[in-house]
Amino acid sequence: MKMLINVAETVVADALRGMAAAHPDLTIDVENRVIVRRDAPVAGKVALVSGGGSGHEPLHGGFVGPGMLSAACPGEVFTSPVPDQMVRAAAAVDSGAGVLFVVKNYTGDVLNFDMAAELAEDEGIQVAKVLVNDDVAVTDSLYTAGRRGTGATLYVEKIAGAAAEEGMPLERVEAIARQVNENARSFGVALSACSTPAKGSPTFDLPTGELELGVGIHGEPGRERRAMMTSSEIADFAVDAVLEDLRPRNPVLVLVNGMGATPLLELYGFNAEVQRVLAERGVVVAHTLVGDYVTSLDMAGASVTLCQVDEELLRLWNAPVRTAGLRWGV
Amino acid sequence: MLDAAFFRQWLTSAAALVDREAERLTELDSPIGDADHGSNLQRGFAAVAATLEKDAPTTPGAVLTLAGRQLISTVGGASGPLYGTLLRRTGKALGDAAEVSEQEFADALRTGVDAVGALGGAVPGDKTMLDALVPAVDALSESFGAAREAANEGALATTPLQARKGRASYLGERSIGHQDPGATSSALLFDALVQTAEAGRE
Repeated sequence: MKMLINVAETVVADALRGMAAAHPDLTIDVENRVIVRRDAPVAGKVALVSGGGSGHEPLHGGFVGPGMLSAACPGEVFTSPVPDQMVRAAAAVDSGAGVLFVVKNYTGDVLNFDMAAELAEDEGIQVAKVLVNDDVAVTDSLYTAGRRGTGATLYVEKIAGAAAEEGMPLERVEAIARQVNENARSFGVALSACSTPAKGSPTFDLPTGELELGVGIHGEPGRERRAMMTSSEIADFAVDAVLEDLRPRNPVLVLVNGMGATPLLELYGFNAEVQRVLAERGVVVAHTLVGDYVTSLDMAGASVTLCQVDEELLRLWNAPVRTAGLRWGV
Repeated sequence: MLDAAFFRQWLTSAAALVDREAERLTELDSPIGDADHGSNLQRGFAAVAATLEKDAPTTPGAVLTLAGRQLISTVGGASGPLYGTLLRRTGKALGDAAEVSEQEFADALRTGVDAVGALGGAVPGDKTMLDALVPAVDALSESFGAAREAANEGALATTPLQARKGRASYLGERSIGHQDPGATSSALLFDALVQTAEAGRE
């Protein structure tokens, strides 16, 4: 597999150096792997810190900035960051109003953020945590590590980030973050496996003519493999999988997310089918986002996330945001 | 009796074994995980070996505690906190004695293994590192060799199991038929233990 890299060991550090050069309104500590909005800590404002394995860009570093995250900790590729990074990030952004850790439900992320929360509290930083677990492809949480956190992470970070920006206290920001998570569900499909720099070849074998349904964002295979389907059939399958679990009574936000190697031409076409299914099911769409937001290196495929919103969540969603990966209203 | 030098040597041997086996661990991790187990442990154990060379604690407990902290700070993922906790809790259980008996070590390691189970919420049979660690620590009172054998058998016995914890659990039944990378790396710790004991006897 050809990759535009030097060596696997420096992939994350190299990317951070390049990101720093491209985004002067971020402070990037390449050595300790912490990305911070330049004006942090913002007096009186609750800080949001998230993080996870690298390879999902723009998540999470691309969502640092006014209106969204205060700081992000990128781990190695597909590996959660370590507690030291999270504590360092929390200390850099805490204004005394407290820090909300946004954690995707993966064993490594959960364990490391738990340890970090304890250490940060030892340093006198008030910490709250929200666990994102929106992936309906994982059904039986009694015999699994529980639902994965995927596309809903973007909604949690954006909406809770706006709440913090408005000056809401930690308790309220945390409650809103939970509300977003509880109202969001995702389902993903892969048309090809991804290749990690460390391995240098596809992490699983997906023959031409087949697709994986219910895939995660770490190059882990999904729950089921089928013969390749059309965009229209995939949209029916994915949206119905989400709607089986989330029966929205209010309008929804729609995220049609690319996994990294599917061009916008295909994503827009897929979105047309997603909108058709939603219309057929009588679901009202308040806003749609199409593009690569929560990626899986060079995996081809897409995920659909729906997030049911009330007036307050919609207002916070529409509030200004200025980050590398999401930017409007400013 | 086992002294600090023995434990330093144990972890240095473990680092060498992890380094040698990294590619195989990553290979095992690709069908059911995300293909990084080998490279992650390689980075962590290399840091442990480097730390122990620079700062050489003088008690077995301090060696293991320091190594555990180093793993938590460098590995990430689930294996960082889990292996880190295994060594930290074992080290803490050993206290500050300058030398410990093999039985005291076996007892302390059981405390460490229990802490791993509590942290990850897993039990033997879930297709995790515990499938190697639990039988190994059961056999450790007998001999290091017996522990190694039990760990290797435990790792091999994960192949037909369905994963219920960690990333492999998302595959459901499709996780069956693959040996667990975590149990495999855990068995390396006992390979290193035997190597260290044999080197000491020569």
